[in-house]
Amino acid sequence: MDAIFLQVLNGLDKGGAYALIALGLTLVFGTLGVVNFAHGALFMLGAFCAVTFQFMMTASKQIKDESITFFDAYKEVPYLEIWFGHVGTVLIDWVVPLSIIMAIPVMLLIGLAMERGLIRYFYKRSHAEQILVTFGLAIVLQEIIKSFFGANPIPTPAPEIVAGSANIGALFGLGDSVVYPYWRLIYLAFSGLVIFAVFAFLQFTTFGMVVRAGMADREMVGLLGINVERRFTIVFGIAAVVAGLAGVMYTPILPPDYNMGMEFLVLSFVVVVVGGMGSLGGAVSAGFLLGILQSFASMNEVKAIIPGIDQIIIYLVAVIILLTRPRGLMGRKGVMED
Amino acid sequence: MTGNIVLNISYVDKTFGGLQALSNVNLEIEEGKTHAIIGPNGAGKSTLLNVCVGRIKPDRGTVTFNGEILTGKEPFEINQLGVARVFQTPEIFPQLSVLDNVMIPAFASRDGSFEFNPFTLLSDETKIRDEALRVLSDLGLGDQVNNVSGSMSRGDKRRLELAMGLIQRPKLLLLDEPTAGMSRADTNRTIETLIRIKERGMTKVIIEHDMHVVFSLADKISVLAQGAIIAEGAPDEIRGNPKVQEAYLGGAQI
Amino acid sequence: MKLFKLSAKDAIMMAVFIAVVLTMPIWLKPIGAGYPDLLQKFAIFGLFAIGFNILFGLTGYLSFGHAAFLGVGSYTAVWSFKLVSMSVIPAVIFGTVLAGLFAVVIGYVSLRRTGIYFSILTLAFAQMCYKMAYSVLTPITNGETGLRVLRDDPRVVDAMFGVEQNAVPVGELFGINMQGYPGFYFCAAMLILGFFIALRIFRSPFGMMLTAIKTNQTRMRYTGFNTRPYLLVAFVISGMYAGMAGSLMAVTDPLAGAERMQWTASGEVVLMTILGGVGTLVGPILGAGIIKYFENIFSAINESTLHQAFDFLPDSIDNVVVAIISPFVGDGWHLTLGTLFVVIVIFLPGGLVDGISRIRKRFSRKSHASSTTGASEG
Repeated sequence: MDAIFLQVLNGLDKGGAYALIALGLTLVFGTLGVVNFAHGALFMLGAFCAVTFQFMMTASKQIKDESITFFDAYKEVPYLEIWFGHVGTVLIDWVVPLSIIMAIPVMLLIGLAMERGLIRYFYKRSHAEQILVTFGLAIVLQEIIKSFFGANPIPTPAPEIVAGSANIGALFGLGDSVVYPYWRLIYLAFSGLVIFAVFAFLQFTTFGMVVRAGMADREMVGLLGINVERRFTIVFGIAAVVAGLAGVMYTPILPPDYNMGMEFLVLSFVVVVVGGMGSLGGAVSAGFLLGILQSFASMNEVKAIIPGIDQIIIYLVAVIILLTRPRGLMGRKGVMED
Repeated sequence: MTGNIVLNISYVDKTFGGLQALSNVNLEIEEGKTHAIIGPNGAGKSTLLNVCVGRIKPDRGTVTFNGEILTGKEPFEINQLGVARVFQTPEIFPQLSVLDNVMIPAFASRDGSFEFNPFTLLSDETKIRDEALRVLSDLGLGDQVNNVSGSMSRGDKRRLELAMGLIQRPKLLLLDEPTAGMSRADTNRTIETLIRIKERGMTKVIIEHDMHVVFSLADKISVLAQGAIIAEGAPDEIRGNPKVQEAYLGGAQI
Repeated sequence: MKLFKLSAKDAIMMAVFIAVVLTMPIWLKPIGAGYPDLLQKFAIFGLFAIGFNILFGLTGYLSFGHAAFLGVGSYTAVWSFKLVSMSVIPAVIFGTVLAGLFAVVIGYVSLRRTGIYFSILTLAFAQMCYKMAYSVLTPITNGETGLRVLRDDPRVVDAMFGVEQNAVPVGELFGINMQGYPGFYFCAAMLILGFFIALRIFRSPFGMMLTAIKTNQTRMRYTGFNTRPYLLVAFVISGMYAGMAGSLMAVTDPLAGAERMQWTASGEVVLMTILGGVGTLVGPILGAGIIKYFENIFSAINESTLHQAFDFLPDSIDNVVVAIISPFVGDGWHLTLGTLFVVIVIFLPGGLVDGISRIRKRFSRKSHASSTTGASEG
């Protein structure tokens, strides 16, 4: 029982990341009709927003280390500490959550630039061409990051106060073995919040209403004389921000490297397809579902029965779903059935 | 009195959402005859054809062709049995040449659904090519055989559609508004062609709005309104039927 | 000899192709590509791209999992070296056939869906192969170390004839080691064979059916064709090409690693095909050659060679130029590749072959304003 509970928890934070990426992917697909293979790169860019912010915050000055007296020693002290003392140290400690503030405008700008500069020319072109051009873009983006930050993962720790683990088991009257890192709990809550915000935005604003109508029937909305294209740009920006935030908050869980986007892209594409192309609810539920399935598959008990299942479970599920339910779990009729 | 029945549509129902597209449709098509189905827009004519070629599965009822049940068969199986369809909006292969467009259906009826041998050359298939050229020139497309079919005029595309159906020498040809969008001259030429193949004994079902076409070709007419057949008979009977005039033409003249 | 029949025009094309391929060591020398390792790559990736084009170019089905077949071909060939013989003939045959069998299974399942769903299915299968090669299948693939040929491997057939091996065994054909130029000529022979088969497929009714499926699959079904067997045959043929290319990789260098199955490798063959020209005969080979050539050149360049090259410029400009170019060369080759990808898809969706014929048309229109050009490229 404890083990199962723990696996569900383990799956949830990964599922949260899948859900956030897949949400943007399916939003872009449903409204713009574009298959965006560069969406994983946006997740990666978000993560590197946090890295950049960390670099900025920890920009240091070499000063003489007074504690060492018998020779001249120098230590690096961040400017923030020099200027603000203890407040500076705290700021540096909280670099990951703080970089959200920077990531939102940056990701929005990147998203808008991407849509205006490239994606909009591909609305009318075939899905194959969309895949190819965004695939190329993804390579370009990740190579740029690689040339700036190198190929190695860069550790970006969570604030110290949440570095430990929570004894979740005690909370639910289970054994003490059920401990769970605080940060993962925060990630879970955060992804829930973002998902909620996106849904609320689509549900309760006029803008959202038009977007939803556009997802249901694009031509119709165009005929109503609504400037669809401008809204598409904004939708793309939102998707970029969501993917970016998912990336920012994921950095303490997985030290980012330039290649992380590609891995998450393939997985979240599978998530979108399993959930049903163009279905927001489908993307979110499939994200969590596959996250949990994956963590169950990595249990030793399961691996003992089917060796190697943890590596391929997601793809296996995707194949089964596509063959038995071609529209995915919640896909609508007539989407992508040419 | 009646000849051999080729196609038998019995008790076919179909609803889309809440809309009853076809309700309890019964139809018998006699061999060698041209059977026209007319009716106002949205009467279910195209749905009926789609049921025949396996594009739509009916909720109830069956379609039999020469004793074989078509319902539930794949479209290509139905075609292999000898039922060809000419589409209302041209469904051609726009990137291929006009000649290729006509050769493809000829291969289907010669080789069956799947015959694969990469070691035959297309240029060796002289018999099929000659046949295709003959059919094309019959329909007045002889001077366009090497053009890319996608760049043809709409009327020519319709005639190409017809050629693709004819080259298969089907036992039953289903025509969905073969002259819609054609000029008067083209329409008359198509009527001539259709009369010629009628003499050869090909059975045809034709959906048409143009009454000139219907009364030039049809041996028998069925009138479909709101998914049900409301009248059936020889052209003269239909012309004089008050029920048809009311349902179909709102009392106006034919 | 009906099997080898070609129209006069195609026979000339075939002859020119053979001549061009076999003289590659000579005419590629001036541009610094006349050495065997690179020439082998040209031939191998050319073969891979021709095969991929039979699926993508003719039917329009975009597979994102062809690297899996490449990997299967490589592993099988190495196992053939380990268990059967160092002769390359069984290695290539086993590699091609086993990749074909994989393609039958993967194709049968994936072809139940079209469009992007097909792409995702093939991608999922390839990723499964890749992940399993690193995990459960390590007894077969030797995991991250890669599978290599050892001196003490059983090699039943060789043992029967008492063939002795050196410390590092290499593939051989009738006693000739398949490295260096002999290796290239063997790959070139396979490329020529592959090109010939592709040419015949393009000129056959089967090829026309595939193009028709690409253009309007629904219509094909109402015309009496069961399209799925056609698609499956095309998929398997192209999988076998990939398997053969994979086994040739092992022939010229007897080791196999799972990274060959990674999905970026599948992406690379897509790029080769679209760069050269999707659905054209020579395009994919051209694309493969160009990409492998520039990969080779660009990877070798570093900052100091750049400074040397731009020595003639004043120092300040030299530094700026080098700073702009240097991210694209050396380790940054992939950046160039990605940029190329984007540029090609945007500006030249028909690929180089299409671009060349467009330029040619423009020139011929200028020279004879009245003449009409109607013939399409092969």
